[in-house]
Amino acid sequence: MASKTESTLRNMVLALLIVALVSATSLGYIYELTKGPIEQAKLAKKLAAIQQVVPEFTNNPNADMYKVPSDVEGDTLEMYPAYNNDKLVGTAIKTFSDKGFSKRIYLMVGLLPDGSIKNIQVLEHAETPGLGDKMSKTKSDWSEQFNGKNPTDFSLKVTKDGGKVNAITAATISSRAYADAVERAYKTFMEHGKK
Amino acid sequence: MSKLKIFTKGFIKENAVFALFLGLCPTLGTTTSAINGFAMGLATTFVLVMSNIVVSMVKNFIPDKVRIPAFIVIIATFVTIVELTMQAFVPDLFEVLGLFIPLIVVNCIILGRAEAFASKNNVLDSSIDGLGMGLGFAMALTILGAIREMLGSGAIFGFKFITGDGMLAFVLAPGAFIVLGYLIAITQLINKGDKKTVLEVLSGVWKIARSFLKFLNFSK
Amino acid sequence: MDYVIIIIGAIFVNNVVLAKFLGICPFIGVSKKVETAIGMTGAVTFVMVIATIVTYLIQKYVLVKFGIEYMQTITFILVIASLVQLVEIILKKVSPALFQALGIFLPLITTNCAVLGVAILAVGNKYDLLKSTVFAIATAVGFGLALIIFSGLREQMDLANIPKGMKGVPIAFVVAGILALAFMGFTGLA
Repeated sequence: MASKTESTLRNMVLALLIVALVSATSLGYIYELTKGPIEQAKLAKKLAAIQQVVPEFTNNPNADMYKVPSDVEGDTLEMYPAYNNDKLVGTAIKTFSDKGFSKRIYLMVGLLPDGSIKNIQVLEHAETPGLGDKMSKTKSDWSEQFNGKNPTDFSLKVTKDGGKVNAITAATISSRAYADAVERAYKTFMEHGKK
Repeated sequence: MSKLKIFTKGFIKENAVFALFLGLCPTLGTTTSAINGFAMGLATTFVLVMSNIVVSMVKNFIPDKVRIPAFIVIIATFVTIVELTMQAFVPDLFEVLGLFIPLIVVNCIILGRAEAFASKNNVLDSSIDGLGMGLGFAMALTILGAIREMLGSGAIFGFKFITGDGMLAFVLAPGAFIVLGYLIAITQLINKGDKKTVLEVLSGVWKIARSFLKFLNFSK
Repeated sequence: MDYVIIIIGAIFVNNVVLAKFLGICPFIGVSKKVETAIGMTGAVTFVMVIATIVTYLIQKYVLVKFGIEYMQTITFILVIASLVQLVEIILKKVSPALFQALGIFLPLITTNCAVLGVAILAVGNKYDLLKSTVFAIATAVGFGLALIIFSGLREQMDLANIPKGMKGVPIAFVVAGILALAFMGFTGLA
């Protein structure tokens, strides 16, 4: 067995330096390798969500995306317009809410040109498993109640707060956040969206 | 110690979770279902095997006084590799496991094995040790996830066998602690070879499950 | 208002130990006596708050600036490891008694996932510096609250008649589960 390197200052600094260098280089290499696939995976997910929430389209909503300021300072909403043969058929809006349990909730809300809701998909959330996560379509059909509703006569607040949204059982806060995100999308669209 | 023994000790006798109580955060945090637990276990196994191999390769070159920071850098490198790879190829799973993937870096099992085994043994033994401990960890997480999924959502590996919701408490935080407590008790008894008490504990498990059922019916 | 939500959320609703499962190792390992639990809470609070501030600055002015966010895990853990060393040295000088009590647990803070977890969460939640600091303090208080209540329960349990197979760690977990159930009652406070 080779003898062990002694703990002199020179050896310690040298050893740590080499370890750090090797690690940084290999990470940089792996990062370059995975950069493409990570972006592709994110894009694929976004496109799939857009496809589910707006009517059939012929353009590339990602390329036509425009940003508009939201009511929260410093945060913008991304609008993905869907055109079918140059006619606007709907807009997918990436919206958010900070009223949830843990981190920010992101939704993709599909609005028809008149502002009524076509469909909604959850992009990111960290709500409690078994309770708040029922907002996601894979867990329950709770979110179906929004489909086809127009917020002008469908107040986007949970029934407890005087609105028309039936909250998820035992998850009023998550439901409130969901409704808040949808309302943000609707208001921003009516104010700044292309129609 | 024979190679076989190095490999198998991680499953029951020195099981990271049930016997050594290491790596408990991901154990409780990711086992809402069997498949999540299994995935987390595999990700940890990969980091454990790779860091064990590298640590045993460089053990003579690293001076003693700086070995811990050096090991941490090595482990963190492999954790980041897992992070990036999962993000690229299994983004949905990455999202579910979330915070607990970067937290593999502070999983005490990994630094513990690097320090206690890999820094004293050759590359082959170290990789076997990492594989055994890792798979033992994965097994523990899968069992815990399966039990919680069965009780909590009435499903196993995603296949539902009851209609309705199951005992929600088991998917939520309290169930994680309680199920793990009983699994640890059973492992301790197996290691002591006390079969009679194993049965006693199992009947206790049944009683607890039944009282939970009553509690839930009551709360509805 | 934002701050109130962050504070209540981090202490009660999303308690770091009982709901988020971070820092379980010290929660089980250092909870046999109330006294050590209090000391551990102090050490964790100190490291957690400083670590969150330092990692926030590093994230903003180094990682994001140079586009190397993928180095987050590795830089954060190194910052925390160095901080723990620092705390150890300071504690040894300032309060040898406390150092003796916490001696073996101090290095364990490095592998306390709550510290790294909070640093990553604060960045992930897009908090600013002040919010991150408040979040770190509140999380540490939540950690301390859970740890001290739990150690009180465990001190009482020493006197209780517990079935042979469940003695020690197993019953501790069952009690932790019941404590988590109690904390679920805070759901909806925020």
